[in-house]
Amino acid sequence: MQVYLPIAEMSVNALLVLGMGWLVGFLSGMFGVGGGFLMTPLLIFIGVPPAIAVGTQANQLVAASVSGVLAHWRRGNVDVKLGVVMLGGGVVGTAVGVWIFGILQRLGQIDIAITLSYVFFLGTIGGMMLVESSRAILRRRAPTAKRGKLHRHIWLHGLPFKMRFQRSKLYISALLPAGIGAVGGMLVAIMGIGGGFLLVPAMIYLLNMPAGLVAGTSLFQIIFTTAAATLLQAATNQTVDAMLALLLLIGGVIGAQFGTRAGTRLRGETARMALSLIVVAVALKLAWDLFSRPDDLYTLTMGLR
Amino acid sequence: MAAVTKRRLIQAAAALAGLLLGGTVAATVWAQQLVADLSSHLIAITTGFTGTEVVLFGTTDGAGDVAIVVTGPRSPATVRRKERVAGMWMNTDSLRFDQVPSFYTVAVSRPLDQLVGRPVLERHQLGLPQLQLPADSTLPPEELAAYRSALIRNKQRQGLYAISMGQVAFLGERLFRTNIYFPANVPTGLYNVEALLIRDGEVVSAQTTPLVVSKIGFSAEVSDFARNRPVIYGVAAVLGAIAAGWAAGAAFRRV
Repeated sequence: MQVYLPIAEMSVNALLVLGMGWLVGFLSGMFGVGGGFLMTPLLIFIGVPPAIAVGTQANQLVAASVSGVLAHWRRGNVDVKLGVVMLGGGVVGTAVGVWIFGILQRLGQIDIAITLSYVFFLGTIGGMMLVESSRAILRRRAPTAKRGKLHRHIWLHGLPFKMRFQRSKLYISALLPAGIGAVGGMLVAIMGIGGGFLLVPAMIYLLNMPAGLVAGTSLFQIIFTTAAATLLQAATNQTVDAMLALLLLIGGVIGAQFGTRAGTRLRGETARMALSLIVVAVALKLAWDLFSRPDDLYTLTMGLR
Repeated sequence: MAAVTKRRLIQAAAALAGLLLGGTVAATVWAQQLVADLSSHLIAITTGFTGTEVVLFGTTDGAGDVAIVVTGPRSPATVRRKERVAGMWMNTDSLRFDQVPSFYTVAVSRPLDQLVGRPVLERHQLGLPQLQLPADSTLPPEELAAYRSALIRNKQRQGLYAISMGQVAFLGERLFRTNIYFPANVPTGLYNVEALLIRDGEVVSAQTTPLVVSKIGFSAEVSDFARNRPVIYGVAAVLGAIAAGWAAGAAFRRV
């Protein structure tokens, strides 16, 4: 069944797009990441112009995160206070990201900047998570191994503006979650993704947050950053395709529900291992594209930009 | 005498057909050696649009060859070239073309090189090698040519510039027709369909017919909304997404 996308100005197979939405929604519900880092390359792969892929999937991430948060909320897995502090940083980060995006666009290097940041962030975080989760799995198999320290103190915990987050049982500097939120916000603006793949490990490893709260809280924060990104993209670039977003979010919200259920049955380290494998695979694919000779060295852009 | 009457009859029939079908053929038809029209002057892009075909048909006042040139609206375009920098392929140079047709296709009744000489081809921009693509640059000719052929190659890959010439079929000596295919990604705007009558290596008559490619119905409303009220459109998109997410969450709660 072919459907014409009014903003992308192209015709796509509706079932294919629904299926893509479902798959990304499933992962989103399971791991608490938005899945934008998967959706953007997938949309570009089926021929959607990159700018519209970025703008539209920010819109669909709003729906996926709302439905994901609802599921976590009912289980009491959202730390609203921590989420709001992260959001404060997120707003600043988004503004800075938009500014950097503009500079790169004027230099004509936005494409490679986006790909490079994907390779860098996905590669580093995916790699770190892969190492950590395989260690955790090995530790589980060898119960005689010494248990790690429950609470480590690093310089990050010496920062000022200490705040108590009862829900997460944390007493940490507010700068820490705000800083994580700021980096997440920058990624929303530059890479057009929710940033969950960065937020989730940062919350686990830097904040030492209880793992059960991480997915819900990061999704809570992502609702607001993706909503802001959608507004910004629609208002300035007119790159939000409502039709495409509708198809993606129908698939996405259904997939997210299944994903959340599947996620509760997974052990923490197994889930992190699976996520890290996907992240690393995407990073390798993008790196390959960056270093292998393209079929055509020339590209064409219609219009003024 | 009989031949003249017959010719007049055909012209009258063609004029009538033109008036009935398109209404664009003017009264000057009596003086024209070539009359052509399209099966439709509007390509409506609806939600189920997957590309379409338009029939161009017409008649000549005697033996001759016909060439059809379809040109989409012109706009600026940038071609960027990648080079290897530190192992990565990145855009290093670019060239801006000022007036690039969004769509271009040619159909002929016989191969062009058998019909006319180069000056005529160039004057009427007949065929991709003759398509005028002005660029403001001081690049050496061979680099300019590389950019130009890259532009055409990219357009062909998108299916917007024809790879080979279409065929104009004659039914008898005077009636001709050809099918023009427009893919699903056809750009919107005002198109120009030019029919040329060629005799003895010269273009002896020409007729231009407009063709509008436009979004209609739901897809038109969405794109108008997005263009004219971008902020409200963005707010609506966000609210719609929140509602959809909420509805899905609520629906699954009961299951």
